[in-house]
Amino acid sequence: MTAEERALFKIRNLCVAFDLFRGTLPVLDHVSLAVRRGEKIGLVGETGCGKSVTMKVVVGILPIPPGRIASGEIWFDGTNILSLHGGRLQDVRGRIGLIPQDPSASLNPVFQVGTQLRDAIRYSHRHRNLSAKEIRRLAIDVLAEVGLPDPVRNLSNYPFQLSGGMKQRVLIAMALAANPELLIADEPTTALDVTIQEQVLRLMREAIDRRNLSILIITHNLGLIREFTDRVYIMYAGQIGETGSTRDLFNRPLHPYTKGLLASVPKLTGEGVPFGIPGTVPDYLNAPSGCRFSPRCDRTTEVCASCRPEMILIEGEHRVACHLYKEEQEDDPQAG
Amino acid sequence: MILRLDDIKKYFPVRHGFLQRKMEYVKAVDGVSLAIKRGEIFGLVGESGSGKSTLGYTVVGIHRSTAGKIIFKGEDLATRQHMDVRAISRKLQIVFQDPGSSLNPKRTIRQTLELPLKVHRLGTRRERLGKLRELLQKVELPEEYLHNYPRALSGGQRQRIAIARALAVEPEFIVLDEPTSALDVSVQGKVVRLLLSLAKEHDLTYLFITHDLSLMRNVASRVAIMYLGKLCEVAPTSEFFKNPLHPYTKMLLSSIPVVSEEEESLKPERSVPKGEIPSPVNRPSGCGFRTRCPLAMDICAQEEPRRTLVNEEHEVHCHLFNNSRIKGDYDWND
Ligand SMILES: Nc1ncnc2c1ncn2[C@@H]1O[C@H](COP(=O)(O)OP(=O)(O)OP(=O)(O)O)[C@@H](O)[C@H]1O
Ligand SMILES: Nc1ncnc2c1ncn2[C@@H]1O[C@H](COP(=O)(O)OP(=O)(O)OP(=O)(O)O)[C@@H](O)[C@H]1O
Ligand code: SF4
Ligand SMILES: [Mg+2]
Ligand SMILES: [Mg+2]
Repeated sequence: MTAEERALFKIRNLCVAFDLFRGTLPVLDHVSLAVRRGEKIGLVGETGCGKSVTMKVVVGILPIPPGRIASGEIWFDGTNILSLHGGRLQDVRGRIGLIPQDPSASLNPVFQVGTQLRDAIRYSHRHRNLSAKEIRRLAIDVLAEVGLPDPVRNLSNYPFQLSGGMKQRVLIAMALAANPELLIADEPTTALDVTIQEQVLRLMREAIDRRNLSILIITHNLGLIREFTDRVYIMYAGQIGETGSTRDLFNRPLHPYTKGLLASVPKLTGEGVPFGIPGTVPDYLNAPSGCRFSPRCDRTTEVCASCRPEMILIEGEHRVACHLYKEEQEDDPQAG
Repeated sequence: MILRLDDIKKYFPVRHGFLQRKMEYVKAVDGVSLAIKRGEIFGLVGESGSGKSTLGYTVVGIHRSTAGKIIFKGEDLATRQHMDVRAISRKLQIVFQDPGSSLNPKRTIRQTLELPLKVHRLGTRRERLGKLRELLQKVELPEEYLHNYPRALSGGQRQRIAIARALAVEPEFIVLDEPTSALDVSVQGKVVRLLLSLAKEHDLTYLFITHDLSLMRNVASRVAIMYLGKLCEVAPTSEFFKNPLHPYTKMLLSSIPVVSEEEESLKPERSVPKGEIPSPVNRPSGCGFRTRCPLAMDICAQEEPRRTLVNEEHEVHCHLFNNSRIKGDYDWND
């Protein structure tokens, strides 16, 4: 069985465009990815690469219009979310929890933490008829689970009374309280300091392992990806360029974009300030028709600009979409 | 020595609650002493709220210090009673943290860059235009950008404009307040390299503020670590990474996520972070770090640790080092 077949969650050939006055932006271009049960998956790329658009389609918060799902499938536990409506869609979405990026913007400043947490529980358990007492119990338990000191007192605190790290814990608690099977975390620690980030990541890892959850974590931070995830997808301008186990990807990056990103990170070894990658993410209105990285790539050839590279299997789970590489093993029909 | 800070304090009054009259203070910077050498890139590192920006703002005169001395090229700036304040403040410039909001969206790049020249009454209209062209060249942007508005520029380009604005009045000292933290890592390198080459070319001194220790490792000649408004440790960069002393520094270094095994082996032994950063309004007694410190002792709650020099260039503020070799004050006679 391939990774995709065993997956709890998979995106297949997702294309998403934005119809604006100035034209159509074809942002996501045949994005495929998969998350198995219990796996920690990273999605990495520069600003504007389409990471949040991917997340928004999955949790159903993409503004449509201007957004439009042009094609593709999103499978969760055997059903294609994109073909569902109404209550059945809500049921499946209820099994996917979101940890948003900005803790300050994501909590309502005028309600107490307890009120917001209880609402999250009530909404997610609407079929279960929990009593007010049971909901309160659950709220306290889940705050304790994310390591918030003195959960009972914190229930009556307002968000402004909490530090950034504590707010992020509350948001993780809200996501966990709904008892999801998959967590999607969009830059969950970008707003936090490194020591606090480490604490938050640790508690997330513990909660995920304890509950046997899967997580798709979206971030710019390659160091975080290396320390936290099992597998990685590298996204550039709406295309997946490379994927593989975290170890393979950091030890043997293949795609010129992956190599460029890794080389851009300043190193503790003190080799000087890296040069980075020339150029910027393209305007999607004039997105290059072949490999979208070709205008910035130092290895680009004629075929790169005109022809979109297919994702090919290199070894194990390591795949790359780049014309520099030729398929060595038999084509995997699931590779998309 | 181009700049010397002598026990700088900056307190912000905050009213507590709606009806309470009681006045409390955010001690954003609470007694910082530093000496920065001409031409050096001095790194200032610390977590959010530790007072880095406040210290930078105080140095360039955006904030007036609550107490302490700022000696710039031998002149006391803290009082700002010098006859030629304008001439001196011109020599100290700042590049702000967020390139998105630090440029006025309603002004063209030309208007933005020309303003400091006008304020300081430098050059005629024609001379100023020539100067603007030269500035854009310096930050490696095409001349046409003079007529653009900030929204037409990418984050990296905006930060280049912010750098050009600081350079416009020919400063000697620039506070760089997280100049690249809003940029993608792929773009960061070019902006930092530009800053480094400008420093060489124009004999500039930088106070480089960041929370990215990996970046600091590659740009600064010396590093200071700040926590809750006070310094923890100051050392030359290589010494700092080889021989970190303060428990907070070790915790910080061991928390940095890195991208290779080789770097992993350079991190100090894992010191698991615990607790939340306290509010600067209710700073813990004694050592500000004691509530999170794995090695805290009784004395840490009672007495504030004094500056200890473990060698001529390496200072640490922690009770663990009370008995170290050299004690006492800086030798200011550089
Ligand atoms: N509501 C929208 N209307 C129009 N275009 C949009 C909209 N949302 C996203 N886009 C387009 O999609 C692109 C990708 O956006 P997205 O937010 O997914 O980037 P990202 O990878 O999450 O970046 P970041 O790291 O900055 O969060 C944007 O550059 C923009 O062109
Ligand atoms: N104008 C002000 N009025 C009141 N409090 C302030 C003011 N400016 C800063 N503070 C407070 O002073 C403390 C230090 O803030 P400062 O912005 O200097 O921190 P910083 O180290 O630059 O943090 P960051 O990394 O988030 O930029 C914070 O607690 C902040 O809330
Ligand atoms: S003074 Fe005490 S509490 Fe502070 S860092 Fe040193 S050992 Fe820890
Ligand atoms: Mg995003
Ligand atoms: Mg700041």
